[in-house]
Amino acid sequence: MNWEIVMGLEVHVELATKTKIFCSCTTQFGGAPNTHCCPVCTGMPGTLPVLNRKVLEYAVKAGVALGCEITRYNKFDRKNYFYPDLPKAYQISQLYLPFARDGAVEIACAPGLTKTIRIHEIHMEEDAGKLVHSAYGEASFPDYNRCGVPLIEIVSEPDFRSAQEVLAYLAKLKSTFEYLGISDVKMEEGSMRADVNLSVRPAGSQALGTRTEMKNINSFKSIERAIAYESARQIEVIESGGSVIQETRRWDENKGKTFSMRSKEDAQDYRYFPEPDIPPIEISDEMLEKIRACQPEFADQKAARYVEEYGLSEADAKIIVASVRMASLFEDTVALCGNPKEVRYWLLGEVLYFINDRGMTLSDFRLDAQSFAAFVKIAASERINRRGAKKLFEAMIFADHPLDLEAYIRENDLEQVDDAQLIREAVRAVIAENPKTVEQYKNGVTKVAGFLVGQTIKRLSGKAKPETVNRIIAQELAKL
Amino acid sequence: MEITKLTALQTAAAIRQKTLTAPEALEASLEAIGATGEAVNAYITVCAGQARERAQQVQAKIEAGVLTSPLAGVPVAVKDNICTKGVRTTCASKILGDFTPFYNATVIERLEAAGAVIIGKCNMDEFAMGSTSETSYYGPTKNPWDLSRVPGGSSGGAAAAVAALQAPIALGSDTGGSIRQPASYCGVTGFKPTYGTVSRYGLIAYASSLDQIGPIARDADDCAAMMDVIRGKDDRDGTSLTVDQGSLLDAVRATESLKGMRVALPAQCFEREGLDGRVADAVRTTAGIMEELGAQVQTVDLDFLDYVIPAYYIIAAAEASSNLSRFDGVKYGMRAEEYGDLTDLYKKTRSEGFGDEVKKRILLGTFVLSSGYYDAYYRKALQVKAIIKERFDRLFERFDLILTPTAPATAPILGESLADPLKMYLSDIFTVSVNIAGLPGISIPCGFDGAGMPIGAQMIGQRLQEATVLGAAHAVQRLTDYHTRTPEVKA
Amino acid sequence: MQITRELVEYVADLSRICLDGASEEKMERELGAVIEYMEVLNALDTDGVEPLSHVFQVTNVMREDAVAPSSPREDILAGAPEATGQTFVVPRTLE
Repeated sequence: MNWEIVMGLEVHVELATKTKIFCSCTTQFGGAPNTHCCPVCTGMPGTLPVLNRKVLEYAVKAGVALGCEITRYNKFDRKNYFYPDLPKAYQISQLYLPFARDGAVEIACAPGLTKTIRIHEIHMEEDAGKLVHSAYGEASFPDYNRCGVPLIEIVSEPDFRSAQEVLAYLAKLKSTFEYLGISDVKMEEGSMRADVNLSVRPAGSQALGTRTEMKNINSFKSIERAIAYESARQIEVIESGGSVIQETRRWDENKGKTFSMRSKEDAQDYRYFPEPDIPPIEISDEMLEKIRACQPEFADQKAARYVEEYGLSEADAKIIVASVRMASLFEDTVALCGNPKEVRYWLLGEVLYFINDRGMTLSDFRLDAQSFAAFVKIAASERINRRGAKKLFEAMIFADHPLDLEAYIRENDLEQVDDAQLIREAVRAVIAENPKTVEQYKNGVTKVAGFLVGQTIKRLSGKAKPETVNRIIAQELAKL
Repeated sequence: MEITKLTALQTAAAIRQKTLTAPEALEASLEAIGATGEAVNAYITVCAGQARERAQQVQAKIEAGVLTSPLAGVPVAVKDNICTKGVRTTCASKILGDFTPFYNATVIERLEAAGAVIIGKCNMDEFAMGSTSETSYYGPTKNPWDLSRVPGGSSGGAAAAVAALQAPIALGSDTGGSIRQPASYCGVTGFKPTYGTVSRYGLIAYASSLDQIGPIARDADDCAAMMDVIRGKDDRDGTSLTVDQGSLLDAVRATESLKGMRVALPAQCFEREGLDGRVADAVRTTAGIMEELGAQVQTVDLDFLDYVIPAYYIIAAAEASSNLSRFDGVKYGMRAEEYGDLTDLYKKTRSEGFGDEVKKRILLGTFVLSSGYYDAYYRKALQVKAIIKERFDRLFERFDLILTPTAPATAPILGESLADPLKMYLSDIFTVSVNIAGLPGISIPCGFDGAGMPIGAQMIGQRLQEATVLGAAHAVQRLTDYHTRTPEVKA
Repeated sequence: MQITRELVEYVADLSRICLDGASEEKMERELGAVIEYMEVLNALDTDGVEPLSHVFQVTNVMREDAVAPSSPREDILAGAPEATGQTFVVPRTLE
């Protein structure tokens, strides 16, 4: 039988505010255990939460960007359960009035093919702490640094049919939030986490099968593996005559399997009720207008503009806009030097090479728009050839301190040689030294001319202008 | 001069006029605690050492002219659910027996800035759940007027301390009558402010949407003076309001007549089962005094009274079940000696740490929020809350003040109430609706019953009309002397 | 609404409170009485009434996103029944 996989996603995204959602402790990642804590985020008796203004702003930005209807009258609710990573024994979240509903995200699921994923709702909530487990022994150690870090949870409709769609959706969310500047969206640091609700059904069926919820998936790669594993597991259960149990399953990265978490967890009765300590939040027309007005240009729009405005290929444009930093570096540099093709050449050639080959990131380079633009102007001029330019570029991006380009050209004698007389002398010397090659050329093997060009440039310490060398070699060979 | 019989304002005035010093005022209260403390059991913790040190500093600042607040140098007793830095704060519970906060409640910061001297932490019903102060893990507080009777609750220790002259003034908290009812039982004046007027930061929550800190004192003027110190916007409490910061004390003192004041007398509060006739008479007499002062008194219909207790207990228990979940033996407070896994740790700690009344309300609150029952109970109670608020709002379009008995009867004998919990719940019938609607209310002494036990009259105002309520109480107290009488505590 | 032993046990379990036999019976009885009493609310018609959670029409009480120093860790851990110098300690939560 053919099976269809049906999935819905619950994505938690940590908002990049400076302070926690309900107190003024820092949200900085890491830190010694329990050092980013105060009476409020550790749930000390008598303490009260006060909402961080920035959290609301960032959340609404996300809701608008994902095409949601924004709830104008918001409340927080308490979700009650006992666990040592939750010091108040309730999580402040939103159940009854989530701040955003009914959104939609367009994803590219195959070349030229898009699909709409519907967003059911987005709500704000606080993160829980972290439990460190001793390698042996019988204890766990709560660390509350993460308690109260602001999150939004984006709940999709069950619109996914393949792991590729899930990945495309996550990439789209990641890019959207990066362009909005509201989250670091790093799965490895836990600033973006996805829970996958998955069920299977015979292809063509409209009814939904029993679903399981997979938690603890913390990289794009493991999402794909987890989906493959869990869907195969469910199909096997059904095909061998069993039935899938609705439960939460934990993804074990090392074992590459999902494991049932205690079914008691599913029987949880969270006893949600309106949070009395936080007055309702009203989102005014004015605030919404302001947020709508300052939505940034997102990746897809940007890429289309690069093609249109700068004449980039679609493929190149997509690579550049995949990273917010690369896109802004590209645009700022182009604005300063007016040469998109040349900027593209260095960004996608050199920089991307180091990124892909050496696993570096853009921030590992010394590369700002000003110096990049100055460099591009030199590289595109007659003063320096490609070889010299490459040397200069590498010197610039790996320098310990800002590089004086002119001084470097002078000190390394990179200025291009375009003196016909000088070049002609060198060409003649090369012809004299390579009679065999010249012989081949005369016998019709014209491609050996390239070797002679190379020899000439080498003779001139690599600084000769290749076009001039070509021209003179052709002239000299013709004379023979 | 009998120092302990002075009001808080008189004490501070005497200190300013150099006929008394802050250390002397403190010693007088400490002496009273020494004499009758054990018999009344109003305090869980007396912090004599810290208080003495503090009284010295305050005295120096008063002499240097740095401290000029109307309450500078006054000893203040504080209910033990208000966090005091470095002084243990137990909520009268075993589970917080050794809890010493490293932060102050906002009201404590404000008290200290005003030069008050905190003398100790007062006994109460465990986690403020009760109307008699008998559910305390540290033993019941006794009523100073008759040690065989309860002082009321939950701020029973604070009311008893003031009545027994063990402190001139105290801070209590009021969720359903917990300031007004013990004030009534103990013959003192207790004021519950408009919800949001006083910061709840550092008040260990019972029911967050109903809790409010307020003063228990000898008279309305002291309450106003205390309000001037503790009220006002606090950035650490999202429910605290930005209100007019003019002096309440000045406004209250300026109230001489009640001319033009429209006073409502709800019929249902004067004729109902279980209402003591002498209580009704005493409050009617107070109504008469108000008329003499120029008020127009009119009987009105308050038809929702039967619904207030159930709505109150549902809302309060629901919030409490959530608020008290943090006491789990992990971060602070006690942990069971023996336990197995995590769930066992939670269950044993909470079962050993909480008393029966607290457990019952936690279970009730958990029930009304649980899946399948939320709509029928909790949601319904919030709808009733909306109706109650709306009815009060309509009433306050026609009236400035509502006058009722504070409680249906005077203080019961110890042990009587716990035997019949529903009856105990009903003793709050006149007070809880004030919390549900977030209104300000005061209880003032207005007479004594045949057994010589004090009777209290409650005045209720519209939200933020603290000056009206305190002013009316002030005006009545100018013409009566019930509030000046003190019990002879038979230690 | 009939309060059963099962319901009391369920609610006690959610509340992380254990009741031994005798107090369970008492609790069942008292809770039953209280909940029965709560049912007077059913006499009140609340159709179409919007539930009121916050008595004041105050909205949008928020703070600025400015970092303040956190508390010293000694203070955070000072009241813990069991702690290392760095964290609280609980029975192991993972199997």
